[in-house]
Amino acid sequence: MSEVKEKEPLFSAKNLKLLTEPIDSRNPVTVLVLGICSALAVTVKLKPAIVMALSVIVVTAFSNLIISLIRNSIPNRIRIIVQLVVISSLVILVDQILKAYVYDVSKQLSVFVGLIITNCIIMGRLEAFALGNKPWPSFLDGIGNGVGYGLILVIVAFFREFLGSGTIFNYRVIPIDWYIKNGGFYENNGMMILPPMALITVGIIIWIQRSRNRKLIED
Amino acid sequence: MKALRNYLDKIKPHFQKGGRFEMLHSTFDAFETFLFVPNTVTTKGSHIRDSLDLKRTMSIVIIALMPAMLFGMWNVGYQHALSIDAGWSFFETFWYGFLKVLPLIVVSYGVGLFIEFAFAQPRGHEVNEGFLVSGLLIPLIMPVGVPLWMLAIAVAFAVIIGKEVFGGTGYNVFNPALLARAFLFFAYPSHMSGDKVWIAGLTQGQGVVDGFSGATPLAKAAAYQIEQMPSVYDMFMGFIPGSVGETSTLAILIGAAILIVTGIGSWKIMVSVFGGGLAAGLLFNAFAVNPYMEISAWQHLIMGGFAFGAVFMATDPVSASQTEKGKWIYGFLVGFLALLVRVLNPAYPEGMMLAILLMNAFAPLIDYYVVEANIRRRMNRAKKVANV
Repeated sequence: MSEVKEKEPLFSAKNLKLLTEPIDSRNPVTVLVLGICSALAVTVKLKPAIVMALSVIVVTAFSNLIISLIRNSIPNRIRIIVQLVVISSLVILVDQILKAYVYDVSKQLSVFVGLIITNCIIMGRLEAFALGNKPWPSFLDGIGNGVGYGLILVIVAFFREFLGSGTIFNYRVIPIDWYIKNGGFYENNGMMILPPMALITVGIIIWIQRSRNRKLIED
Repeated sequence: MKALRNYLDKIKPHFQKGGRFEMLHSTFDAFETFLFVPNTVTTKGSHIRDSLDLKRTMSIVIIALMPAMLFGMWNVGYQHALSIDAGWSFFETFWYGFLKVLPLIVVSYGVGLFIEFAFAQPRGHEVNEGFLVSGLLIPLIMPVGVPLWMLAIAVAFAVIIGKEVFGGTGYNVFNPALLARAFLFFAYPSHMSGDKVWIAGLTQGQGVVDGFSGATPLAKAAAYQIEQMPSVYDMFMGFIPGSVGETSTLAILIGAAILIVTGIGSWKIMVSVFGGGLAAGLLFNAFAVNPYMEISAWQHLIMGGFAFGAVFMATDPVSASQTEKGKWIYGFLVGFLALLVRVLNPAYPEGMMLAILLMNAFAPLIDYYVVEANIRRRMNRAKKVANV
């Protein structure tokens, strides 16, 4: 630590890597398999998924930042409880903001905003990264992981909303005349609304990612 | 026959290494081994190859399915004729059903085999013949009126998610045909359940006789209309509405006989599935708190897809238990659970599909404990001998 004397630029290659790696090769959902539960629960429609993704980005980034700032003064034996206090304060903040500005989405997300506290990604990043790194890299790492999580959420939600409801952002993509009840031939896929199909969609994303990036395949 | 063999031998070099169509090697291989028993000889060690390879096994299952399929075609026409009150001749009836069922079979095979070939080609595998049976089973467990594009999606889902992601034929955890049905059942429930879907042309409702209901015996039983259920003779022979191939217990039993005599299907699983169903039925009879529970236990065995599932689905050698003792446990639980779902869960009129899929998931666990128990027993015996 002490031998690094010259000042590192804010977006050095190393720091940029912190930002971009979690989006693909170290993606928290598809590679580390964290945060699956909320990925299944909030991805029926795109709008809540995006709000959820933004909330998680904010919470991971700032909890990483705060914990990293105070990392040298946290007694090791009670560090988990300190981390939880920080995370839950941030989550409450996010929850209040959502309630104030996007009330309907906040209703849809219901308990899952509160459950960001237990999202394994946040705790995992604090333990694995923020406790041993400086504030700025920790902040970037938080944003990177939040974005990596959010990206999967949005992809899954896109397919679930498109195939399950025939809409994208509540905007009708599949014409209403196509439906069987209006004399057409089409029907929404009811399975896409159910959580198992979200899991299968995540599985397919993992499949595609690993056949593209063979390094990720474990023996 | 000879000419065909000669022709195959003539074009074979083109498909081998360095030939013009090398990339289509597995396609050629699939057709060649389908038409002729391969003459592969092992060169090392003393292995004996049974001439009854996978393709021949599958062909026998197809033959065993024929009675159920042909009866299903006739029954589709018969039920339609009943619904519009037309006195059709045998040939008219069969022809109508044939035209209704044929597209289902063509779509099922077309989509499924296309995906199989598409996966086998780049992987350099030979094309597996597992789909030969699944492709015929799928149309037989569908309601006749299912839209073809839904069927195509379900087949694609079953082959890709149910089979290819696990590594292809022989590695699948779940029975692919049932997976296709389960997918449709949850994705498009309005086309897979209810009173209208089991009879061709009933959803359009043209010329349907007043008061005609397409309800299956299971739906009637679930609604406690026991006295309206068809006679035992009708249910056994199969003159009832239902999925294409599942109605006639008689035709299914002929298939079962073929499977058992040739040793392809496990009689242990078949017997224990029926046994499990009977046990659950008798248990219901003993409590009998509602009219559905009062119908005699053996009647359950000839309603709905129970017999079809027991003979053709539960015995799937890949997804069933492998150990002999495990087969008894597996089969018994399939039959027992099927009736539990059927009678106690009002949301699902038929429980066979869900019971078999559930037990598919448990089959490896059953095998594990059977093997462990055997090891422990032999260990104890060995210890006893050692101590004496």
